[in-house]
Amino acid sequence: MSSLHADRKLSAWLLTPGLGWLLLFLVLPCLLVLVYSFVERGAYGGIEWTFTWENYQRAFDPLYLGILLKSAKIAALATLFAVLIGYPAAYAIARAPRYRQPVYLFLVMLPFWSNYLIRTYAWIVLLNREGLLNKLFSLLGYSGDPVSLLYTESSVVLGLVYNYIPFVILAIYSSLSRINGELWEASRDLGASGWMTFRRVILPLSVPGIAAGSVFVFVLSIGNFITADLLGGKQVQMVGNLIYSQFLTARDWPFGSALSFILIAIMLLLLFVQALLARRAAEGKA
Amino acid sequence: MSRQTMASSTALGVHLWLVYAFLYVPILVLILLSFNKSGLPTSWSGFSLKWYGALANNSAVLSAALNTLIVALSSTAIACVLGTLLALGVELRRKGDNKGYVADTLLMAPMIIPDIVLAIALLSFFNLVKMGLGLHSIVISHAVFNIAFVCAVVRTRLKHFDYSILEASIDLGASWFTTLRRVLLPAIFPGVMAGGLLAFTLSVDEFIIAFFNSGSGQASTTLPMQIYAMIRFGVTPEINALATLVMLVSITALLASQRLNKAPSHHE
Repeated sequence: MSSLHADRKLSAWLLTPGLGWLLLFLVLPCLLVLVYSFVERGAYGGIEWTFTWENYQRAFDPLYLGILLKSAKIAALATLFAVLIGYPAAYAIARAPRYRQPVYLFLVMLPFWSNYLIRTYAWIVLLNREGLLNKLFSLLGYSGDPVSLLYTESSVVLGLVYNYIPFVILAIYSSLSRINGELWEASRDLGASGWMTFRRVILPLSVPGIAAGSVFVFVLSIGNFITADLLGGKQVQMVGNLIYSQFLTARDWPFGSALSFILIAIMLLLLFVQALLARRAAEGKA
Repeated sequence: MSRQTMASSTALGVHLWLVYAFLYVPILVLILLSFNKSGLPTSWSGFSLKWYGALANNSAVLSAALNTLIVALSSTAIACVLGTLLALGVELRRKGDNKGYVADTLLMAPMIIPDIVLAIALLSFFNLVKMGLGLHSIVISHAVFNIAFVCAVVRTRLKHFDYSILEASIDLGASWFTTLRRVLLPAIFPGVMAGGLLAFTLSVDEFIIAFFNSGSGQASTTLPMQIYAMIRFGVTPEINALATLVMLVSITALLASQRLNKAPSHHE
């Protein structure tokens, strides 16, 4: 049999092209953004190679801090609603007969695999002034002017919940499905009511799933650009839109880079917390 | 079962179906409207394929579709080769020791990094090295996340792979190259195809990274960019038809990918 040494040599050959690609077109560009975030903006949108903290300070100006906080608020609301709606759905799937569960899960994930722009556009069709929901309102007896349901924080939250709820359902389902069926019986046999079993046994055991799903939705939402752009319009600016305009219209790349890194920092922090929670849960079980 | 638990399980079932309605009604409305003769979003005036016909005569849409096909096929081809090699390399190394590996983090990164951040990072990079933008820069960018996805799919395939077959092949005198080509590759091929189809779907649907790294002009406009431009003008029956076709393509590719990936459980 080949020695471990030969394995290692072969593996190095196999790894080089792919890792090389990722180093060149992922790691290097990200490091470049980090560098840009600490330099000054030149005239005409160029780069001035002088060190400065100013881009990060500027991100905490009331104007931009407001946009950051608003993005966090919208992402938090989307996360909350996704969990509130997604949890019972995941629970229903986990309690369904085993042979049906893959189909139920597949139906949850299927829309997720269609184009994000199109899924968001579908809501414009429903919510706009001439849209179906307005028609429905007038059929129900509403006689005022048609209302635009678009371009509000609520429509952005709705779009985010719609797009990311499959993640939450999947994450919560995967932790619920690991709970031993005997645990439910034991709790029931010891006299706990259904509600008590849920609150004291099932819910605590599904916390890792809730955490994983929440972090996913929050991270994807706070950095989102399309939903705020299409369903929020000019009324709802989020960090993603701010980064977009710094790069394509205001041409202040250093400031846009600083905003990107703040986004990445928030993301890494949350993923770290979630990893800690998952580890603690795993240790608790062992 | 007590009456109380019966009631709560019925409520759960109803809730699940409401969630499905929430997920599917907007898409179904869109599809239905694409066949609406009048093109009005609120009144049905009979079945018609005329909006699909209009698409066939829209040269901007056709050239965008061709561009998307070029980008998706090229980035998928790159990802299939590099992603498969990566998966083999990582799994081969893992066979020796089971501890975490730097490559794992690097392979996770393209999947979790916000699109807009990857988009501006690549734009900054291409700009710094003075590389002109066009279809080629979109291909390079899409290959970044596609490599990660193909690698992930092939790795799950390799988890079920019995390495002793490789050892047997070597012991019987085959060279490493022959063993890879004649023994390993046929075994993981469905995984590569499944990963490739997934990569193809992701590339066909990707918007932001392409938008930032395409340069200007119709020559490098992809289908999602074209759809985005059309959406900004408002709701039209033509977009509904285009959206329906794009969804059909991605769902078909996804279903094919799922089928291929399921194959081992039937054979083993």
